[in-house]
Amino acid sequence: MVPLGHYLILSAILFATGTMGVFLRRNVITMLLSIEVMLNAVNLAFIAFGRTQGHVDGQVIMFFVVTVAAAEAAVGLALVIALFRHRETLNPDAFTSLKW
Amino acid sequence: MGTELLVFYAFAALAVAASLAVVLGKNPMHSVLLLIVSFAALAGLYIGLDAPFAAVVQIIIYAGAIMVLFLFVVMLLNAHREDEPAALEAAGGLTRGPIRTGAALAVVLAAELGWALMKARGANDGMLSAGAGADAQALQSVRSLGTVLFTNYSLAFEVTSILILVAMIGAVVLAKREL
Amino acid sequence: MIPLYLAQFGMIFAVFGLLLLSAAVMVYSERKVAAFIQQRYGPYLVGPKGMLQPIADVVKLIFKEPLRPLSADRVLFFLAPLISATAAFAAFAVVPFGAETTLFGLLAEPISLQVADVNVAVLVIFAITSVSVYGIVLAGWSSNSKYSLFGALRSASQMISYELSYGMSLVSVLLLAGSLSVTDIVNAQAGMWFGVIPKWFVFLQPVGFVIFIIAGVAETNRAPFDLPEAEQELVAGYHTEYSSTAFMMFFLAEYINMVTACAVATDVFLGGWHGPFLPLGFGWIWFLVKIGALLFFYLWMRWTLPRLRYDQLMMFGWKVLLPVSALNLIVTAAGVIYFGY
Repeated sequence: MVPLGHYLILSAILFATGTMGVFLRRNVITMLLSIEVMLNAVNLAFIAFGRTQGHVDGQVIMFFVVTVAAAEAAVGLALVIALFRHRETLNPDAFTSLKW
Repeated sequence: MGTELLVFYAFAALAVAASLAVVLGKNPMHSVLLLIVSFAALAGLYIGLDAPFAAVVQIIIYAGAIMVLFLFVVMLLNAHREDEPAALEAAGGLTRGPIRTGAALAVVLAAELGWALMKARGANDGMLSAGAGADAQALQSVRSLGTVLFTNYSLAFEVTSILILVAMIGAVVLAKREL
Repeated sequence: MIPLYLAQFGMIFAVFGLLLLSAAVMVYSERKVAAFIQQRYGPYLVGPKGMLQPIADVVKLIFKEPLRPLSADRVLFFLAPLISATAAFAAFAVVPFGAETTLFGLLAEPISLQVADVNVAVLVIFAITSVSVYGIVLAGWSSNSKYSLFGALRSASQMISYELSYGMSLVSVLLLAGSLSVTDIVNAQAGMWFGVIPKWFVFLQPVGFVIFIIAGVAETNRAPFDLPEAEQELVAGYHTEYSSTAFMMFFLAEYINMVTACAVATDVFLGGWHGPFLPLGFGWIWFLVKIGALLFFYLWMRWTLPRLRYDQLMMFGWKVLLPVSALNLIVTAAGVIYFGY
């Protein structure tokens, strides 16, 4: 029997890894991938909790998270393509024209 | 140590290692593929949690569709090489110092989250003994999943379909060359 | 009495061996069928009626020099054929090919002729065929050659476009069968109406069957949807830069994908191993007959129909096949509710 705590700690570690990626990487695609890592950590927590409670709501919410992640990845990547056409770089620090 | 615990540790180690490699890797192409490995490890964990449908959906949608999308964009933009650290510094990127601080703060975040989550009810009990009606067969049944999805969560379901439509239109419009 | 786990373990090897054998048989029959359609003899020198030709092909391929372009990404170049071949074999793990049998009394209890009996088997097949896209995409990308890249991009877009119709025609069958397990779907097709017409889902879902076959052909990159490996256009598409064993892996993967697609079509639409005149224990003979018929249809199509152009292919997949399969789903759902199937 795997205690619930194990799954939760794994979820916390994955979430922190994803957060680190979003903040520290200077490549837009890797940042989007780190966001996906964070969403996966959240999915794991949902399903673990749903299993503990004994109903399927955890899985249902996981589907919604997956769907939203798909939509967000599509739009995010379209933005990346559009941005790349302007500056020919994937470094988010290059898009500073709104800075004063 | 039971086999279940061993299998959990194996998949968990694979997931953590792959996620770390995704975040720290220099080549976005390799990052995408390692993320697929991470998804597969998590799918294995879902099967252990009596959620085979969730595991398969994770593979079909995440690993089969979303990651193909990422792969296409990486190939299209030829983003296969991230700049060297020296060029990064010159371009105003992050130097060694902030990266190390960030990693330390991430460790602190993981510890905090872990501590907070462990306060949950039943965090130390075994999975099968906790919770009301922990019936593995009922959880595995796709029928019960469908029933709950289309009755309790039907509004969220419909809104999600509109969300996907909007995202599709948005993606097409954003990526066009001229409007 | 053989213990159960030993039988299940043996089943893995049996299925693997049978798949390899089927790939060899497919190589031979493709060349023979192509020859007869083109009014010439096929291979007839190697072995009786040329039956040892596949072995000669394999030996030749193994003895070739493995090449790798200098600028190719090493890890991905090596991994891509492995991913293709592994996904092709793995998809067959949940496809049952016979009724529950005790292997003529050798076992204490019956096992189904299936490597793993998962209760979401249909989705597992779908998931693994989704993963096989990566083998092709990585092959094209890591070869660092424009022919390979174009072939890979075309193939990937084609495969993910036709996956939708593939999935939706499967869902229509799920509505009729009421279960995600392939064994249950096959067993729901046992018996006959009026004593003459077997209760196969192809008679309830003719449109779905046609969509499934077309999508299956597109998924396996076979003609008339084989633009990714079009010999006349792209040199050899995504496997241009591969030689020797890696090339063999890609071809193995393609033939086994074909066999898997036909096996799934047989199980889901054509009643699997149910058939007249034979006891259920010998159902696998009917299974082989049905798969043989579908595979012959695949081969026939390749050498008869011209290739679709890429934009025609994508238009057909999105503007024709997807709406038709969605309509099929709606009509099936309405029928199930009305007739209470």
